[in-house]
Amino acid sequence: MSSLLKNIIRFILFMLFQVYILNQVPPLHRFIVPYVYFLYILWLPFRINRFWLLVISFFFGLVIDYFTGTPGLHAAPCVLIAYLRPFLLNLLIPQETTEQSYVEPSRISMGWAPYALYVGVLSFIHHFYLVLIEWLQFGDFVYFLGKVGGTTAISLLLILLAEMLFKRDGRYRATTA
Amino acid sequence: MKNIFLFIRRYFTFLSFLLLQVLAIIMLSNASKSHETFFASAANELTGGVNKQYSGFREYFALKETNRLLTLENARLRNNLATNFQQANTGRQIVMDSLLKDTLGRYRKYIYLPARVVGNSYSLQTNFITLERGSNEGVKKGMAVTGPEGIVGVVVETSPGYSKVMSLIHRNSKVSAMLKKDNNTGTLEWDGIDPTFLTMKNVTKGAKVAKGDTVLTSNYSANFPSKMVIGTIADISSESASNFYTLKIKSATNFFSIQYVYLIENVRYAEQVQLENNTPKNQ
Repeated sequence: MSSLLKNIIRFILFMLFQVYILNQVPPLHRFIVPYVYFLYILWLPFRINRFWLLVISFFFGLVIDYFTGTPGLHAAPCVLIAYLRPFLLNLLIPQETTEQSYVEPSRISMGWAPYALYVGVLSFIHHFYLVLIEWLQFGDFVYFLGKVGGTTAISLLLILLAEMLFKRDGRYRATTA
Repeated sequence: MKNIFLFIRRYFTFLSFLLLQVLAIIMLSNASKSHETFFASAANELTGGVNKQYSGFREYFALKETNRLLTLENARLRNNLATNFQQANTGRQIVMDSLLKDTLGRYRKYIYLPARVVGNSYSLQTNFITLERGSNEGVKKGMAVTGPEGIVGVVVETSPGYSKVMSLIHRNSKVSAMLKKDNNTGTLEWDGIDPTFLTMKNVTKGAKVAKGDTVLTSNYSANFPSKMVIGTIADISSESASNFYTLKIKSATNFFSIQYVYLIENVRYAEQVQLENNTPKNQ
């Protein structure tokens, strides 16, 4: 399966899962909102053009937005983590080896600890920015702090489950391709 | 000029990031206004179509709950219908005098209470009538029930708001009756065949009976006042083996169409029943 087709399918599945399953879950608490859709952006290939990475992320966030009826609310944090993603990857992995032998970020291609840091930091940034925008519209400071903490925790839990459920093979790129 | 192009080329990613961020924020701040724009309406059309498919799919799983809610709502609305409301019937129809003992030395014996029939059966062997008047409104067990045309039955059960009457067309019903012409008494029962005809047993063969004679309640009944209409004799059968007539009585009351009845309270009922049930000691 080509990388493009795989990511198109992932785009649809992540969107449907977020909109029709996670957004339908009855709220446990006002701080805990399950978000896992942005994992799509984290799973995009290493060697993607940075401009297209931003555009894809923006479009992906916008699709989620039109289902929730808040145009821009999810698109902005998606663009932010898409922008920060290459910097973080450069910091966390040895450039020469990994990027050339693996397709996309995973616990196999990066190793458990760097991958966990990568996911944790970007999740936190995503939720921080998302809740910040929300908070600027309404809410108080306790709501802001509590929701950032709660949503980040529940997202990391869901991402951990996703990692355990879907064993993405650390497929080597075809050498000299 | 060259420097500007160099700058754009160098910071192309950052600039596009800023552009997209600003675009997102503008969209968010214009969210309520931009619903009219073409793009927003097209996007809503698309997401709405997907949402409709999904909710159509989900509705199947919610059918049971939806049905339950609709049933609840129906019940609530039906309970609000005007026909469901009846004023508590506390009026008392005074027949003789409102005093228990008037100045002429007469005692009040019977109190009449009107009641509405809300339940009636006539097709069974054990038929009961339900009245919308209960112990809160003065109904007691053992009270006699009469209709506008003739007697109906005896109260056997009461609840705060309702009472249950054993109809004359119940196999266990027994009422003391007498012939109007010569006061010969008998027992009024029902043979379970035809709700329009009752049976009067144990009428002595010395009585002068004829078809069409009126049958009344007797003086011996504790709950019924005496001389209330029961019906007329429709047929006389006399067995040679016994000394009694068995009379077929055409009931004055039409049990198929009872709407309102009167409950009759015998004020001295308890006293009479207690005395009758006492066993004489020195016998």
